[in-house]
Parts: sequence; structure tokens; C-alpha cells
Amino acid sequence: MAVVKVKRPQLDAGEKLFLGAIIKGFFVTMKHAIDSIRGKSRGAKDLASSGLGSTMQYPEQRWDDHMPEYYRGAPALVTDEQDRERCVSCQLCEFICPPKAIRIEPGEIPSDDPWAKVEKRPKEFDIDMTRCIYCGMCEEVCPEQAIYLRKDYLISGLSRKEMIHDKNKLYEIGGKRVGLVNKWNELK
Amino acid sequence: MDFLIPLLIILAKIIGLTFMVVLPLVPISVYFERRFSAVIQDRVGPNRVGIPLTLFGAKKDIPLFGLVQPMADGLKLFLKEDFTPSNVRKAFYWLAPALTVVPSLVTVCVIPFGSPITVNGEEHKLVIADLDVGPLFVFAIASLTVYGITLAGWSSNSKYPFIGGVRSTAQMISYEICLGLSIIPVLMYYGDLNLSNIVEHQSEHGWLLLPLWGHTEEFPLVEKLLFWFPAMIAFLIFTISIFAETNRMPFDLPECETELVGGYHTEYSSMKFAMFFMGEYAAMVIGSALIVTLFLGGWSLGPWFDNWAAGLEIGAVGIGGLISMGVFMAKLVAFILFFILVRWTVPRFRYDQLMRLGWIIFFEVALINVFLAALVLAAPKLGIVITVIGAILLATVSAALIWVLKISDKKEAPNSGLLASTH
Repeated sequence: MAVVKVKRPQLDAGEKLFLGAIIKGFFVTMKHAIDSIRGKSRGAKDLASSGLGSTMQYPEQRWDDHMPEYYRGAPALVTDEQDRERCVSCQLCEFICPPKAIRIEPGEIPSDDPWAKVEKRPKEFDIDMTRCIYCGMCEEVCPEQAIYLRKDYLISGLSRKEMIHDKNKLYEIGGKRVGLVNKWNELK
Repeated sequence: MDFLIPLLIILAKIIGLTFMVVLPLVPISVYFERRFSAVIQDRVGPNRVGIPLTLFGAKKDIPLFGLVQPMADGLKLFLKEDFTPSNVRKAFYWLAPALTVVPSLVTVCVIPFGSPITVNGEEHKLVIADLDVGPLFVFAIASLTVYGITLAGWSSNSKYPFIGGVRSTAQMISYEICLGLSIIPVLMYYGDLNLSNIVEHQSEHGWLLLPLWGHTEEFPLVEKLLFWFPAMIAFLIFTISIFAETNRMPFDLPECETELVGGYHTEYSSMKFAMFFMGEYAAMVIGSALIVTLFLGGWSLGPWFDNWAAGLEIGAVGIGGLISMGVFMAKLVAFILFFILVRWTVPRFRYDQLMRLGWIIFFEVALINVFLAALVLAAPKLGIVITVIGAILLATVSAALIWVLKISDKKEAPNSGLLASTH
């Protein structure tokens, strides 16, 4: 194949003045300004903009409806259809947790309990939300499908203590989760 | 008692115009800057801060579209730690911020803000000092700001601020020449250096860049339209030089964040930094005020409007001055918006481009423009033959100048071999 020498284009006199380019630039910026005042910026619709630019204004408007199924928010514990704590305090999540945010104190289920055959449940289950990195490894590693990352993202507190989610709080966020694999009861 | 009343009037003018008109314009232009740039970039900008009445027990805040944001920022800066590094030259370090703010605020005194206000048949001009050397005074005082910047850069005893200060010195000196040369045609046209008279002239005979009314024997339409060309060139050079003087975006090399961290004010914090910030915006306000005054008719809005406004009275007080002040403010804000638009449109110059633009292009164009304007102004008196000869002479001299510049400006090829540039 013959070699084609590509020559770098030279600027002509008009381009060397730069005035044309600057005026073109003014049109570009003004077009953006007018579009964003009219709420017609590119992507404004997809991003559910507030009507000024393509920005969604947070406390009034929220992303909740647009959140994908796989969104990883706050980790939480769940109970099954019969209100049994699914967690058996095997501590796998505690050991896998990269920032070491999870602390579990295992406890025994007394023999007179209807779920005595499960043998263990957590006595204490703390997740330090100032450390959690929402990686989802706890969810992945859990053999009992007991811990899930929910869509809650508004985790705030006025002190470090408030930012530690204890067992009650975790079950409150998690709630009941149905349709999971059951190996401890007749539902299966 | 006789000397007390004029003194009080002067004091009222100083407080009213400097502290109640120009200083509030600084936060307002900061707000406009942030909102307008946000809108250009498809963002929202500061739109939350209002008057926080709930802090004082009321039920609701007054939302003002974020207009109070700059005040909140100012309050924050007041409350921040004013840190002085231990190895700075203290006296100059403390002096520098004041030296950038004060000159900009002093130059306010020659700007005519509106047509005269009449109180009890006595006319009071809406200008603090009605000097007969208006533009010269502005240049003389405004050039002092460069000392503030240079001193800040030097006294910080730190590398980046020093580079910023040096750049600023070179830039200001280069562009002050174009600034001064570019308005010579304008001053020749008016034959006056008093800014109030200049605006009054524009009110009667049409703005310099819009000469559409007030044609008389002395100022015929043809001559005004002919002068429009040198006036437009002067306007362009003056405006761009003002950008450079105020360290605004295409020329903000003394403080470019990408190269110099923060530029000359890197080592400053708290209110000292705020004073640099304020000085910059005050210079922008004054620069636009000067451009509006010289080229765009100051407070006038055509003879019909001006005459109507001059006739308005409340009791024995003619309030036309206040209305024309509103016109002036509107023009000022419009021009500030233009400043902002330029900032977010034009990218920053390289340093050699900046120097080249100042010394090789603007300096020469301004110089030629002076003679062009002189020719246009003198044409009716000189007659056709001499005018044509003059025009040919001017064209020859300009061509020779351009040729000399082209030869002297020949750059060495930066590379050799295949990478060598082909022109």
C-alpha cells in the first residue's frame, strides 16, 4: 500500500486571529446557560433534574426511585417468615469484613426454645457505620442469608456511638425477608 | 456653619456611593459569578442561603435564591484563624492586602454615578470628587494595586507566590501602556478629561459606541459614524486591557491555581485573603464602571429618557439623579456579567502569548489608532486632498510597522528534523 503523507493543517489568517473561535465559544457558553435555565440541559431528563441545569436538588428531590436493584446501602440483619433470627453467629462476616466494622458476640439458644436445634444466635451484633465501606462481602459470605445490604443510605449521627448499629437497629433496618432458602424449618 | 454643610454633603456622598453602592456590588458580583458560571456549566450554584430568621425564633426563613451566600462566606472568613507564617516579612505581609483593596475603592471617587440631584434649586453632582483629570486619576491610583500583589508575592517568602507576584508586575506594566494609549482617541474626541462632562456629552450627542441621536452642526452624524471605527478599536483594546489589569480569567496568570497553587495569595488566610478577593472584584467593578462611563454613555439612556428623568421631582428634590443611577447600575451589572461570561469562555493564555499580545499587537494597534482617530477628527478641517494623503501615509506607516514586527518576531523552529514546523 502506498504511503499517504498526512500534512498537519495550517491555520489561515482568520483562524490566527482567534476572534471567530472566541465568538463561537461565546455561543457555546450562552447556549448552555440558556438551556440550563430552561431546564433543557443535556441529560436533564435522565438525571431527573430540578429544572436548573442537570442537577437534582437533594433534600427535596431524591434518587430513591431511580436506585438500581443492586444498590449497596446500609448492611442489616433479617428475620425469616417465622420471625426467627436468621443469623447463627458463625462470625464469617466478622472475619471477612475488610475494615473490621463488624463485631459479633455469639450466644447459645437455650434448650427450651422452639429453635433449640439451631443452637446459636448472636448475643450482640454491632456494625460500626463509620468504618463500613459498603463492599457487600458480608452478604456474599453469609451461609445463612442473614445479612443484606439494604437501600438505606441516610446514615447519620451526632456522635460515634450513634453510628454503631446494634442488633436491634440492624433488625429494624432489615425487617422480615421472605422467600429465602430455609434449612432449619419445615418451610424449606 | 457654612463650611459644615458642604462637608456633610461630601461625607454623605462618600458613604453613600462607596460604602452603599460599590462595596455591596462586590458580593453581588461574586454571587453573579458563581450563579452564572454554574448555569453555564449545567449546574445550580449557591441557591440556599437566605436570611435565617429561624435562628432568631421566627417560624420561617426568608429564602433569597442564595443572595446572602457571599455575606455568609464573609462571616466565615472573619471567624477563620488569621495565620501568619513565621518566615514572612511581617510589615509588608500585613500591608499587601490593604494595598490591593484601597486603590480600587479610592478610584470610585471620580466615577459619575448619575445625573445631578437638585435640592432646593441647588445642583449636587452624583460624583464624590468632580476632578478634571478623571481617567488619569483612575490609572494613577489603580496602578498602585500592583504593589499590593507584588509585595504579597515577595513578602510571603515562598516560591509560588513569588512567581505570581513577578508575573503580575510584568503583566500590569505591559497592559497599562495599552490601557493608557487606547483611550487617547476617546479623550481627543471629547476634548475633556472630566468624566461627568464626558457622560453629559454622551447624554446629549449619543454614546460613543451608539451615536444615534443629538446631531448638531458641531457634531454631525457622518463624523460620529466615522469616529465609530477608532472608538470601537479603542473599546476592544481598553476592555481587554482591563481584563488583564484586574487579573481576570484569560489573563489570570498571577493567581492561576493550576500552575501556582493559589498565586500571590497562597500564604494568606482569613480576612487578609478576603481582602485580596474583595480588591479583585472591586477592581472589576471599577473597570466596568470606567468602560461604561467612557464608551457606553454612563448614566444616560437616550435624551428622551434623560430629559424625562431630569423633570421628576418629589417636593423640592429632583430625583432624576437616582433614576439615572439605576440606569448606570443596570449597565454596570450587565458589563460585569459580560466579564463573567468571558471568564468562563476563554481559556487562559500562555505567558509568552500574554506578553506578545500586550507588546506586539495591542501596543502597536493602539498607537496606530491614535493617529487614525486624529485623522478622522481633523478630516473636516483639512479638506479632502490632505486627508487622503494623511490616510495613505498612515496606511504606509502601519504596513511598515506590521512588516517590522513580523520580521522581528520570527521565532526559531522549536524542533529539528521531521518535527520541525513547516512554516
